Amino acid sequence: MSATLLTGELEGERLKLAAGGSWTASHASELEQVAGRLEGEAERARYVSIDMGGVREFDTFGAWMLERLLREWKAAGRETSITGLPEHDRGLLAALARVNREPPSPPRRENRLIAALASVGQAVAGVGRDLTSFADMFGALGYAAARVVRRPQDLRFTSAVHQLDRVGWQAVPIILLITFLIGGIIEQQGIFHFRKFGAELYAVDLVGILVLREIGVLIVAIMVAGRSGSSYTAELGSMMMREEIDALKTMGFDPVEVLILPRVLVLIVAVPVLTFIGSLAALYGGGVVAWLYGGISPDIFMARLTEAISVTHFKVGMIKAPFMGLVIGIVACSEGLKVKGSAESLGLQTTASVVKSIFLVIVLDGMFAIFFASIGM
Amino acid sequence: MEARAVISVRDLVVGFGDHLVLDHLCLDAYSGEILGVVGASGSGKSVLLRTIIGLLPKREGQIEVLGLNLDEADEAQRRALERRWGILFQQGALFSSLTVRQNVQFPMRENLDLSPRLLDEMALAKLEMVGLARRDADKFPAELSGGMTKRAALARALALDPEIVFLDEPTSGLDPIAAGEFDALIETLQKTLGLTVFMVTHDLESLYTVCDRVAALADGKVVAAGPIAAMLECEHPWVKTYFQGKRGALLAERRVSV
Ligand SMILES: Nc1ncnc2c1ncn2[C@@H]1O[C@H](COP(=O)(O)OP(=O)(O)OP(=O)(O)O)[C@@H](O)[C@H]1O
Ligand SMILES: [Mg+2]
Repeated sequence: MSATLLTGELEGERLKLAAGGSWTASHASELEQVAGRLEGEAERARYVSIDMGGVREFDTFGAWMLERLLREWKAAGRETSITGLPEHDRGLLAALARVNREPPSPPRRENRLIAALASVGQAVAGVGRDLTSFADMFGALGYAAARVVRRPQDLRFTSAVHQLDRVGWQAVPIILLITFLIGGIIEQQGIFHFRKFGAELYAVDLVGILVLREIGVLIVAIMVAGRSGSSYTAELGSMMMREEIDALKTMGFDPVEVLILPRVLVLIVAVPVLTFIGSLAALYGGGVVAWLYGGISPDIFMARLTEAISVTHFKVGMIKAPFMGLVIGIVACSEGLKVKGSAESLGLQTTASVVKSIFLVIVLDGMFAIFFASIGM
Repeated sequence: MEARAVISVRDLVVGFGDHLVLDHLCLDAYSGEILGVVGASGSGKSVLLRTIIGLLPKREGQIEVLGLNLDEADEAQRRALERRWGILFQQGALFSSLTVRQNVQFPMRENLDLSPRLLDEMALAKLEMVGLARRDADKFPAELSGGMTKRAALARALALDPEIVFLDEPTSGLDPIAAGEFDALIETLQKTLGLTVFMVTHDLESLYTVCDRVAALADGKVVAAGPIAAMLECEHPWVKTYFQGKRGALLAERRVSV
């Protein structure tokens, strides 16, 4: 096949080429190779003539290969002539003669070390930008909230109820399931290890205190960040992509007030409620495992639990919850607003939203732990 | 020009739920022509285009493209056929995470075995042929203007040197001058590449200047098909208002006086 695409013989200083077959897209790479092989013979020629009479099919790819050969020969100072090219294919060749005239832009070469340093620098600057965008969103939310307090009828009540249904009510089953399982696992581990000291009853203290103070709120916050935070980012991000947010602005609405405030408020309400439900489910799971696995009857479990925990433990968990909701909301919405035009950036920003909000939730939890320890709660 | 039908649609029925959009529609497009498809908004032009290229299911009827009946074709034949047509969607539908150049290279890379150098040269050649500057080649779709998006999408539709291109409202959203240039571009490319063009359009100007034949869609059928002159004589009420309304009459007059 390739033999017939282009054959040539050298007669003195004249290289006579005969083209044939299909000069089309599907043969373009073959054609490129054949042309490369003929280069040696072309070097010795001063005149090149090419007879296109045998070509059955000819498209842009073939025309470009021909044009490329012509340019190479002309650049080397050879005289060229083409025969046997049908009229309409001449038009195509003429069209391609006009393109790719600018020299290709030289590829940028980067020093590896400098590139590595640059990426470290960009990462650090990125952290700074994240902090400012967080503060920015916090301020904008505060401003919007202050305005809504003065004119409560401006609160998007319908939107808020709709969001509450999605992030609160519809999250209940999965939160119940996960916290129930985690409560059970903690209880089982406690009983298993405390049994060596004959202290399995203390596993009840363990599960009670841990769940109320830390685990309940943390699990719920992480679940909400993955479930609702990511969907906030994706929603706002695709609205950014389709210029819906710009449209809102031009109509005189503040996107923070219309879109973000109701979402964040809903999280501030939903996370404590879910934490409450989740903590109960975790204690329930602990009780069930204690009974089935540890042989601790529900009566004894309840008696031990009321002794071990106090309202303080419950308060510590619940006080943290709204702040968790706030942080998740701010991160999710500010990441959503950073989405650029492409689908890829939507994906990146959604991932970033989940990772950053889980990270911040854990950092916040640590700071609360220090705070509560120092005030003796 | 030989009158070989490259697209032939017979008794096509397409509907959504109990709403019949196309009702026993018949239409032919001949080799090497620019066929304009017109119709009121919502008359089913996009649905017709999407059904022909196989994106929407049909209830009844037959569609043949380049001599291949799409119902009887197997997977390999379908794929081979898809390489022989290019589509310009109404919204461009460029891949947003690839640059313009990569968008054009995408079908080449998937279907042909080209060297990196040839891949680059061909992509840039196609972009230049549709009138995009070289510096636009490395932009992302979100950074393009509406007209540039259309041009880039056309370059992608032409990437594999198709025999048929389907254009869904190529000039909508362009200013009249840009629309005129785009029409001229389509005409030039059609002449040099010998394309068959199936063009859905609302633009009377395009119909007058570039279309060889026009098919008018109404009530789920093709109510008139033929050159512009035939349209002007058609008695169907919608066609009549469309071509002999204020704007239509103006263009018709200008054309007669030229
Ligand atoms: N996926 C779909 N589901 C339900 N109905 C649809 C769908 N796609 C199109 N339709 C209906 O089919 C009809 C024809 O739509 P189509 O998009 O083909 O119109 P069109 O002629 O292209 O209009 P325009 O000129 O405004 O683009 C409309 O009534 C539309 O509502
Ligand atoms: Mg349409």
